[in-house]
Amino acid sequence: MRAVKVIERMLITVPIMFGVAVVVFLFMRLTPGDPVDIMMGQGGAVGVGEMERLRSEFHLDEPLHVQLWLFLKDAVRGDLGYSYTQKRPVSELIAQRLPATIELAAGALFFALLLAIPIGIVSAVRQRSLLDQFSMAGAFLGVSMPAFWLGIILILLFSVRLHWLPVQGRLTFGVSLEYVTGFYVLDSILTRNGPALVSSLKHLVLPSVSLGAAVAAIVARVLRSSMVEILRQDYITLARAKGQVEFLVVMKHALRNALIPTVTVVGLQIGTLLGGNMIVETVFSWPGLGRMVVKAIFERDFPLVQGSVMVYAFTFVLANLVVDVLYTYLDPKIEL
Amino acid sequence: MDATTTAQNAIARMAYVWRIRLRLLRGNLGDFWIQLRSRPLALLGGIVVVLYILAAIFAEQIVPHDATLSDLRLRLIPPAWQEGGDLSYLLGTDDQGRDLLSRIIVGARVSLLVGLLSVGISVAVGTALGALAGYYRGFLDQALSRFADLLLAFPFLIFAIGMMAFLGPGFWNLILALTFKGWVEFFRLVRGEMLAEKPKEYVEAAKVVGQSHPAIIASEILPNIIQSVFVLGTLRMGFMIIMEASLSFLGLGIQPPTPAWGSMVASGRDYMLTSWWMSTLPGIAILILVLSINLFGEGLRDILDPRLKVE
Repeated sequence: MRAVKVIERMLITVPIMFGVAVVVFLFMRLTPGDPVDIMMGQGGAVGVGEMERLRSEFHLDEPLHVQLWLFLKDAVRGDLGYSYTQKRPVSELIAQRLPATIELAAGALFFALLLAIPIGIVSAVRQRSLLDQFSMAGAFLGVSMPAFWLGIILILLFSVRLHWLPVQGRLTFGVSLEYVTGFYVLDSILTRNGPALVSSLKHLVLPSVSLGAAVAAIVARVLRSSMVEILRQDYITLARAKGQVEFLVVMKHALRNALIPTVTVVGLQIGTLLGGNMIVETVFSWPGLGRMVVKAIFERDFPLVQGSVMVYAFTFVLANLVVDVLYTYLDPKIEL
Repeated sequence: MDATTTAQNAIARMAYVWRIRLRLLRGNLGDFWIQLRSRPLALLGGIVVVLYILAAIFAEQIVPHDATLSDLRLRLIPPAWQEGGDLSYLLGTDDQGRDLLSRIIVGARVSLLVGLLSVGISVAVGTALGALAGYYRGFLDQALSRFADLLLAFPFLIFAIGMMAFLGPGFWNLILALTFKGWVEFFRLVRGEMLAEKPKEYVEAAKVVGQSHPAIIASEILPNIIQSVFVLGTLRMGFMIIMEASLSFLGLGIQPPTPAWGSMVASGRDYMLTSWWMSTLPGIAILILVLSINLFGEGLRDILDPRLKVE
């Protein structure tokens, strides 16, 4: 039965992705001005005949619904169009940048969970202790702080003042690394490259912290409040009455149930990680998707913006699918 | 009974009803005040927000210097407490010699205005559509709910950045980009509450005495759920202010020379190594405002609607 439900849940994502593609296409049409004019504005003078040729090459002379159909057909095959400024396929440019972005998001999520889970548990168990109050105040600050500002403060403190960590980029200049997957941390492990591993990890710390702080704050709060509620339940009292060790009561009986609402929140927060990505990549000059998009917006490279927004949305939809499936394994009662 | 006395009676009845309503409202506000006083952090948050609003309204009267007038002879003066600081430029000056304190005060206008307008419009649109969808159900509900699901497939900031990319920067485009997705949460909240309230007895009673459907929605059901909307709205305000600051930081929001905190932080980045105050201080202005709004909002939730969950 579970497999059927999982497949059903997967099928629901198909119309959503279709809708996302349509919305992104309509975005493109909202823009004032003709794409070929914009393109020519960057490429220099071209004859009228050449512009007509380009218009028909991009199917801009077709009616809107035909354009939409062609756009969707291409998108399904992974063809997201052609970048005006870089003169290369959008999908290729995105694929090239994506590993850096995923590495950063993974780093941020890792940091957030590493911080939030122990804090959430301890705060719930030691309610109203100094640690609880201190960490909940911290969580409050975490959600009220813009990521770009936190990034700048971290740079001022740890890079400019203390010289502990690098200001920008993914690797120190001069450190060589053989390119395997595009995930620098993984690549340096695969190629047994010690200096590159140290350097790439050092570069990852500050961006991950600035991106993950808000997520950590939210996850810690949710985990704490659901732990507090569960620790009051009868079955916890029963477990204690049966003489179960307190550590196991908390970690086994309570935590497993408290993780259920937490997982949902983590799924929703993947949106924060993806959106904040553009901000944090800009602050730390991280060569990922977000920085490319921001640059593309100022260069009016619409196919590149359009393709990237679509990839972000798809990633979010897929991440939530994974979370929902994970959910069924955590809580057998849940129906998708 | 002639027409005049009927009209007089109607007016007298209405006056009576409104007297009772006002008395109830006064009583409720009194209770609210007592509850708020017992929550010092929420009260503090509320007071700070009021101070920000006053500063924004009377910005022209209280700024020590012109916020947009640059004087390159006064470039990058550090805050008054640092060596080389000048007491008349309390928080120092920026790279164009403009007084940072004045710019921060004027910048409060953008943040508060964007926060209030984007949340206000989202509340109005989301509540109206949510009430209609939840009460009448049917095709309208289906269509709106699917559209809402679709918007939820985009991370908020990605959607806003995408829209700003295509619309171009500017104040009203910013409001449009933020509300285009912002209404969804209020829609879902009100729709859900509507579904829960509709089968209740008081709604049936209103139908029996012959009230029209719009009247039932507006004067019977909505007053019961408006508190949740109010709480959610307050809590979303801080979020919207951070979104505006983020867009302005990227250069997609409010454009220079209008001072906005996000773009002030961005322009300070280039001077990070020598002049830390330029990006640090506007960021602290954002932090304190959003923190205060959230403290007040959480207090409001505890008082008005403790079961509401906001993530």
